[in-house]
Amino acid sequence: MTTIDLSENGLRHLNETLQSQTQGTNQQDWEIINPRGSHAIAVGLDAPIHVTVSGSTGYYCGGMNKQASITVKGSVGPGVAENMMSGMVVVEGDASQYAGATGRGGTLVVRGNAASRCGISMKGIDIVVEGNIGHMSAFMAQRGNLVVLGDAGEALGDSLYEARLYVRGTVKSLGADCIEKEMRPEHLAQLAELLERSGTDADPSTFRRYGSARQLYHFNVDNASAY
Amino acid sequence: MTDKPSKLPRTIPVQSATFTPAVNAEIRRAAATGIYDIRGGGTKRSVPHFDDLLFLGASISRYPLEGYREKCATNITLGTRFAKTPIELDIPITIAGMSFGALSGQAKEALGRGATAAGTSTTTGDGGMTEEERSHSRLLVYQYLPSRYGMNPDDLRRCDAIEVVVGQGAKPGGGGMLLGQKISDRVAGMRDLPAGIDQRSACRHPDWTGPDDLEIKILELREITGWEKPIYVKVGGARPYFDTALAVKSGADVVVLDGMQGGTAATQDVFIEHVGIPILGCIRPAVQALQDLGMHRKVQLIVSGGIRNGADVAKALALGADAVSIGTAALIAIGDNDPKWEDDYQKLGTTAGAYDDWHEGMDPAGITTQDPKLAARLDPIMAGRQLANYLKVLTLEAQTIARACGKSHVHNLEPEDLCALTIEAAAMARVPLAGTNWIPGKGF
Repeated sequence: MTTIDLSENGLRHLNETLQSQTQGTNQQDWEIINPRGSHAIAVGLDAPIHVTVSGSTGYYCGGMNKQASITVKGSVGPGVAENMMSGMVVVEGDASQYAGATGRGGTLVVRGNAASRCGISMKGIDIVVEGNIGHMSAFMAQRGNLVVLGDAGEALGDSLYEARLYVRGTVKSLGADCIEKEMRPEHLAQLAELLERSGTDADPSTFRRYGSARQLYHFNVDNASAY
Repeated sequence: MTDKPSKLPRTIPVQSATFTPAVNAEIRRAAATGIYDIRGGGTKRSVPHFDDLLFLGASISRYPLEGYREKCATNITLGTRFAKTPIELDIPITIAGMSFGALSGQAKEALGRGATAAGTSTTTGDGGMTEEERSHSRLLVYQYLPSRYGMNPDDLRRCDAIEVVVGQGAKPGGGGMLLGQKISDRVAGMRDLPAGIDQRSACRHPDWTGPDDLEIKILELREITGWEKPIYVKVGGARPYFDTALAVKSGADVVVLDGMQGGTAATQDVFIEHVGIPILGCIRPAVQALQDLGMHRKVQLIVSGGIRNGADVAKALALGADAVSIGTAALIAIGDNDPKWEDDYQKLGTTAGAYDDWHEGMDPAGITTQDPKLAARLDPIMAGRQLANYLKVLTLEAQTIARACGKSHVHNLEPEDLCALTIEAAAMARVPLAGTNWIPGKGF
């Protein structure tokens, strides 16, 4: 385990050091101490390393991550794991808005709650939130899966494309073109895999599935009020 | 006299200046379809523009440089504020962002070839980076857009500059929609969406709002790319003073300001024609903001929207811009709206010069299309040469004017070299009305 004190070494040194790790590095385990809510911690990583952030972070922690496994022992600010490509980001506390925004791959796990617009414009990422999520989550979500063990706020999945949404609790309201869909065996199997991958204990059969009604895929004047 | 004349005098039919044939046709079209008109390009209406300005040239109190003998440099460095690797251009004219998806792969390649031959940069668009444009562009600016279609850290690191797009001149405050007929399997794959469906592009970024957030977003982009790349912030012409000041505050290396003449791949006509302001009205407020912050020439200003010739380039630079960007003119240079396709334009119900249904993907010139047969009409090597030629002419024309004003570098052009033909242009450009020393708003 290599420890970097962010308050002493600075953000540039931290990211440069982590970004310079390559595929076969021997230094696989890293700890970042004294993050003190700093922004852009551990962004742009591209190696199969394990990074533990001991404390809470500001904006964009783990942004554009590839391969790395990042665990935040605290809460995160807006845009955690934004545009993640692969790897895993685990937040032990809560996540602010835009968690996993535009993520293309990998897994984001939030053990606490996630605020509004969780999974906005997601493009392949898998997101598991053990608590609740805020309003307008999965807005314009294109691909990937959003799993919520708690409740979802207003306008879930507004203008949804092909992402799948699994919610165990209540949904305050569904957004435009988002509907509840049948939970078929393949969905239960997929959900079980997502829960296992994220280290989350829940029964897949207690969830409901939501997806796109695909009514807004081709612009139609009769749907103008929905856009 | 009670006899009635055999034929009463009558008024001649008068067309309304308000309800013109074009207006009436649009009303009938709207009534028939129930949907607004979508088209490509920028504003088509007449707005105050660079044509309303003139250079004064040299006289007894100013001496000119000898044409073709005394040097008039045109090089420009962009991104000198924070970036470790600023961009060095041979000419102060760049190619504006246009997406693969909106344009064919051949067209993107042609733009890259032409720009590279002329010593300047080209720019990706709302669809990610293609191999055609990367491999054929020596200098490539990678746009960071609200949709984030195709965005990834590898392309971010292999670009030469990053352009955070907040807005564009054709539609400040607007998103976009690429209609299904242009969504080929390749376009769909790059955008993580099913082929053939209409693709909406958001009007706001998904993970930041406002200048305080933008500053943090720029920090993240710099941290991901090792502080190497110049970061541009592009805004549509709306509130140029404040937008420029806020872009500088947010940490931009370069501000890109696009007036309402700037084109789009597809937007509502009402948006193009009624939102945003002409580039002529944008430049001086933006320069004023940079000067007020002590950042003029430290943060570079690129302006775009309706640049057509070397005089436009020279006028934009004289008003304080560091460079200009061209989009529509570049497309015309590589063959857009060429009269040689007139028969095909007629079949589409239009004519060469007026074709603007770029969103429908039927472009006879093979530029704004994803149809392989139509796209094959464009020879990227030949089209690239045409663009390089055109850029050379723009540069020579700007140099000719700069020498006439006694400038050894096109950047030495200044507002004092200009006058205006109209009161409107004098007010917007803040230069005197021709033959007077009157700048509206500044008194005598």
